[in-house]
Amino acid sequence: MYQFNFQPVFGNLDLLLYGAWLTVRLSLMAMVLGLVVSVLGAVAKTSGIRPLRWLTDVYVEVIRNTPFLVQIFFIFFGLPAAGISMSPNTAALVALVVNVGAYGTEIIRAGIESIPRGQIEAGRALGLSPVQIFRHVVMVPALRNIYPSLTSQFIYLMLTSSVVSIISANDLASAGADLNARTFASFEIYLVLTILYFLLALGFSTLFGAIRRVFFTYPASR
Amino acid sequence: MIREFSSADLMFIVSAVRWTLILSGIAFLGGALGGLAVALARTAQGRLRRRIAAGFIQVFQGTPLLMQLFLVYFGLAVVGLPIDPLLAAAVALTLHASAYLGEIWRGAIEAVPPGQTEAATALSLSYKDRMRHVVLPQAMRLATAPTVGFLVQLIKGTSLASIIGFTELTRAGQIINNATFKPFLVFGTVAALYFVLCWPLSLLARRMEARMRLAVTR
Repeated sequence: MYQFNFQPVFGNLDLLLYGAWLTVRLSLMAMVLGLVVSVLGAVAKTSGIRPLRWLTDVYVEVIRNTPFLVQIFFIFFGLPAAGISMSPNTAALVALVVNVGAYGTEIIRAGIESIPRGQIEAGRALGLSPVQIFRHVVMVPALRNIYPSLTSQFIYLMLTSSVVSIISANDLASAGADLNARTFASFEIYLVLTILYFLLALGFSTLFGAIRRVFFTYPASR
Repeated sequence: MIREFSSADLMFIVSAVRWTLILSGIAFLGGALGGLAVALARTAQGRLRRRIAAGFIQVFQGTPLLMQLFLVYFGLAVVGLPIDPLLAAAVALTLHASAYLGEIWRGAIEAVPPGQTEAATALSLSYKDRMRHVVLPQAMRLATAPTVGFLVQLIKGTSLASIIGFTELTRAGQIINNATFKPFLVFGTVAALYFVLCWPLSLLARRMEARMRLAVTR
């Protein structure tokens, strides 16, 4: 009969909670930087410049059709052979940004293409500058349209970030792996880790819901 | 001992594709059965069944696949089964696929117009006949594109089985890299092989989706 032993987990809950905080921080940084990459990628993809579009296509297709684990191995172990070395934590962030940037590019491109041309022409007729049109007429409504897919991609990113523990970057999963190496209460540790990730996913989902209500609801009347 | 990267190493990596495909196949078949059960429970009359299916989906979509793998792997010992990487990976990926396919297919079942169910009921078809001959065939057409899309996600997901020690494509790459220390070449090759597996499926899913959209707007 298997003897459950949760003592190692609850005795070291502070380590796991600190790991959870590291995962939150890593994910938030990857989301913000990933959003920047996504917007740039989407602009490149919808631009008329052919080589730029072609390059973005290659980037998006390569990332979306290979596993994240292989991407992080390539960045952490492969790139130093080409003279680019990074610490595990930096490699983890870079890999996450590169990964989420590819998915985000596709999502935001779809959002930009959902804006009717007439809306852009209307902006021009009102004498808005190209930058103003891009920001107020294209980007904000586009973001509103794709907000649900973008945020679920972000939550998926947070879950995927557990893989960075494999190159011993610091996060919740690696805090669990350290604890496991010391105490061998494997099942109990991973059970609690899974619950913590689930709570983090719920937390992010609540946060995104709140942001949506503040920034992306149409004013009822003006 | 570090040795040169030879054609035998390349063959070792390429032949490991077999295990990635086998694992993906097991998980997809298991996931299709589980997913159908989840989708039917999710759209059933009984509230309890709907709740349980919804909870199952939320748990598996709200936790990392890596944690699911570890939990099943170490959980085998808890239920008294031998710790076997293939068994653990197959079970974890099957549960994972059941949740995702269940959610995709629930959407497809709900997208079939309610008039169809009502007409079938009016013809006094049983639940089984109604599902089998009326609802599911129509739902299947809607579900094919996202299902193929999920298959890509599943193939990529099998790479995590390498972490619990199952020798598929990614683990084969790690083994060769440890012996030859050519990470750029080795992981580049591994990535290229995944790309060859996944890209045609991605293109197929996209084409199906475009055709579907055309059929819907027409």
